[in-house]
Amino acid sequence: MNAKNPSAQPLRRLGDWWEGVVLGYSKRSRPAKIGIGALFALFFYALPLLRPPIITTNDIDFGGVLFSSAAFALVALGLNIVIGYAGLLDLGYVGFYATGAYTTGVLTSQHWHWPFFLALPVAIAVTMVTGVILGAPTLRVRGDYLAIVTLGFGEIIRLVVTNVGWLGASAGIKDIPHPNNIGPAPEPPFHPGGLFAIPRLQWDGFIPSIDHTPVHQTHFLVFGALDAIPYYWLVLTALVAVFLGDRLIKASRVGRAWEATREDEDAAELMGVPTFRYKLLAFALGAAIGGLSGSLYASSQGGYINPQSFPLLLSMLFVAAVIVGGSGNRWGAIAGGVLVAYLPERFRGFSDYRLLAFGIALMVLAIWRPQGLFPSTRARRAKAAEAEIDELEEGAAHV
Amino acid sequence: MSEQTKTIAAPADKLLEVDDVTIKFGGLTALDSVTFDIKRGEILGLIGPNGAGKTTCFNVMTGVYQATSGQVRLDGKPLAKMKRHEITRLGMARTFQNIRLFKSMTVLENVMVGADANSKVGFLNALFRTPLHRRTESAAKARARELLDLVGIKADDSELAANLSYGDQRRLEIARAMATEPKLLCLDEPAAGFNPAEKQRLMELIRKVRDAGYTVLLIEHDMRLVMGVTDRIVVLEFGRKIAEGTPAEIRDNPAVIAAYLGVEEDDDAAS
Amino acid sequence: MHFDVLFHDFAAYTAGGLVYGAIYALIALGYTMVYGVLQLINFAHSEVFMYGTFAVAWVFVALHGTDQVSWSLGKAAPMLLVAVIVAMLVSAGIALLLERVAYRPLMKKGAPKLIALISAIGASFALSEAMGLRDRITGWFGLDGKLSNYVGGARNVYSNPVTIKPHNLFSIGSYNVTDIDVVIIVAALLMMLALDIFVGKTKFGRGIRAVAQDPESASLMGVNSTRVIQVTFLVGGLMAGVAATLYMLKIGSTRQQAGFIFGVKAFTAAVMGGIGNLRGALIGGLILGVVENWGSAVFGSEWKDVVSFVLLVLILLVRPSGILGEALGKARA
Repeated sequence: MNAKNPSAQPLRRLGDWWEGVVLGYSKRSRPAKIGIGALFALFFYALPLLRPPIITTNDIDFGGVLFSSAAFALVALGLNIVIGYAGLLDLGYVGFYATGAYTTGVLTSQHWHWPFFLALPVAIAVTMVTGVILGAPTLRVRGDYLAIVTLGFGEIIRLVVTNVGWLGASAGIKDIPHPNNIGPAPEPPFHPGGLFAIPRLQWDGFIPSIDHTPVHQTHFLVFGALDAIPYYWLVLTALVAVFLGDRLIKASRVGRAWEATREDEDAAELMGVPTFRYKLLAFALGAAIGGLSGSLYASSQGGYINPQSFPLLLSMLFVAAVIVGGSGNRWGAIAGGVLVAYLPERFRGFSDYRLLAFGIALMVLAIWRPQGLFPSTRARRAKAAEAEIDELEEGAAHV
Repeated sequence: MSEQTKTIAAPADKLLEVDDVTIKFGGLTALDSVTFDIKRGEILGLIGPNGAGKTTCFNVMTGVYQATSGQVRLDGKPLAKMKRHEITRLGMARTFQNIRLFKSMTVLENVMVGADANSKVGFLNALFRTPLHRRTESAAKARARELLDLVGIKADDSELAANLSYGDQRRLEIARAMATEPKLLCLDEPAAGFNPAEKQRLMELIRKVRDAGYTVLLIEHDMRLVMGVTDRIVVLEFGRKIAEGTPAEIRDNPAVIAAYLGVEEDDDAAS
Repeated sequence: MHFDVLFHDFAAYTAGGLVYGAIYALIALGYTMVYGVLQLINFAHSEVFMYGTFAVAWVFVALHGTDQVSWSLGKAAPMLLVAVIVAMLVSAGIALLLERVAYRPLMKKGAPKLIALISAIGASFALSEAMGLRDRITGWFGLDGKLSNYVGGARNVYSNPVTIKPHNLFSIGSYNVTDIDVVIIVAALLMMLALDIFVGKTKFGRGIRAVAQDPESASLMGVNSTRVIQVTFLVGGLMAGVAATLYMLKIGSTRQQAGFIFGVKAFTAAVMGGIGNLRGALIGGLILGVVENWGSAVFGSEWKDVVSFVLLVLILLVRPSGILGEALGKARA
């Protein structure tokens, strides 16, 4: 399908291989697809226990790294709906993240003592409402300006939580409870709690064996202070749920409306698409997912949030994750999110150069591969079409 | 030639009424007391030399511009200041002079966007894949395929709109507009860039569309096309209506001839 | 809310705000010109400014050494003059580098704005990080020892060794207007005037206006748009260099992130005044400086930045074209 271009980059071959995989998958029957999907998901649940060589970060808690990768991927999925599907440039997404986190903090620790799983849906709802309130006046504004308004909003949220005592001011909110455990609660130092313990694998080169060290076991399902893996599982579950929801919504008139609005808003309107309504929907859904991630973050291991955790930089990283992965492609968003979270941890030795590398990478990407690492189907199709036309033209020129 | 069977048995019914419409942009009067009707089931042509106000008139009729005075009524209902997508819901759809398809969407998707205009399902239905959603989706797909067949696009459903030939792109735009189930279908210079054979095909398509039950408004520069396919013609010059009647009447109308200075043969030059 | 505080010392808060406003205005010019010509938000302009501030401090280190002293404005004037020239050159240089590396390749491809914004964000990070890592980077070339006076401190605050002591000239209410304040305001107004003349009366200025209004016709008329774009960035950089000098005059120290907050505020000012509108940048800058100062009086100084952002959001919602309206392309600057 792609032109036999002598300068085919490795990325294109990777892209082709991926397309082959996707094509193979799409040819299967429905039950087979569900089966494959389940196995695929299962692998990721097992990943922190399998600890395969090369990928595993040995100098830093692998479970923790997976947790932040999954959390970033979740955020990227949400932002992908806003930027990738609806074409709205949001530079203040951290505002929604913070709203979710702080709502959770306020409900579970600062002023009330709700259990986490009760606070979670409220945090999502509050953030969604915030998204609607922000979106209603601003989505009518031009694209560049929307970017700046959202940036301003993100900063306003951060500054408000820094200065308002009721929200913890600059000290933040602490003692946010962990999600509720399943099974007996841990009673240190002898009873780790939970229903059963799951050991992990250890590797000697490429030879695996079971690691029987008690402290290396994961207790199902205890959200404690030391083991990041249950948190990772929780975020992963949210990720899977959002992913499925995303697929369902995109493959409907909503997805078509978003794409049409992105392509040519005026024409879409004249074809009967209520563009403003669907832009607002995208914004609200994005906000809800941001709130979900923020809430999970608040309740994760530290149980502590403060305004410094929500800088503008984070909004930029979120945007980068979506763009790098390939705006409009949910797998790309996940990949982008994982990359942006994982790479700095994997190459911790170079941590001081992280942001510099990040800045350079963004520029390089923008100039050489603006469609991202895993461009959306339509970007790929458009590129393929272009390549075909180029080929035809070249052929005609040789006649 | 336009004494074709009108599929509507009832006496000629006014679908769109342009009632004494004037529109001024600052000091410029673009339309001056223009009045005419479009009858249900007819093909009406709107012509005039360059700068006559056809596009402005078209935009007022489709609700894009607000008239300074006068009124436009669709099915008796005045077009007040409303959102563009609401006008489409009311029953007016259009194509564009410079083709505005959703280029990175497929052929089928483009038409389905039109069909979605009448959809009653929202995101919750989509999320939970309710029976209503499933029914609506398959109905929209079926309708889209039907329309693609009607306009004569042979390309694959999953072909990108950008990859279609020019002629097919124009036809796709018509299919998309029809998918919104309009009462009035407005075609804005649909023959621009066509060769005579394609224009012939277009004329047949327009007749087919009318026979399928739609009312058509046609803006065109090509006289042969307009004379050949319309039931009635309205002629504008400098923002005023200077003539109205059947193609035969218009052809012999001295005012019209004067306005065009007799260029009624192959008028491909204008576009 | 302490409205009484504000009203009691209204003139003082206003005067104080004007001084910062003048600095915002000069930085805002860079944003507004680039947007006017390219419809691009030059996110990295904040770093153009930041490098200028370091240049000023470095000049003093080079000429005076690292001993901390406190001089009057008069005594510092000669070095200040050198500093402003160097700062202008450095800022302009960074701006031109940006244009060449981060934007021109995209402009050539006709890339969508979003992509250009991403490149701008990347450039912004790259530049500010490079400054923060200056000790490491010079270390690669073995120069960190020789240049330790310049690259020391890395991510921390880098101070100008010469603190310029302000000298009170007169008072407005409880605010003492100093010689530094006067220099700042006068310098800003002079630069504004110079820019006005440049854009209004010179060949380059006409070129800029032409490209801003209609790039295609401009090139048909023989205007070299690449050159024009370069000049636009250059001039924005020069203005930022002056702003950087004034900043160092007033504040005396800088750091890797110094560009960020001033940059965002300057951008707010540009938008407020009408993006693309040079006089708008001036008005916007002054108004922003004043209003945020009022805000800090009424709400407390910790809310100062919130006031700026809220103002930005409100303006964009209520009057997106800004106070004076968007307009680089129009005849009046």
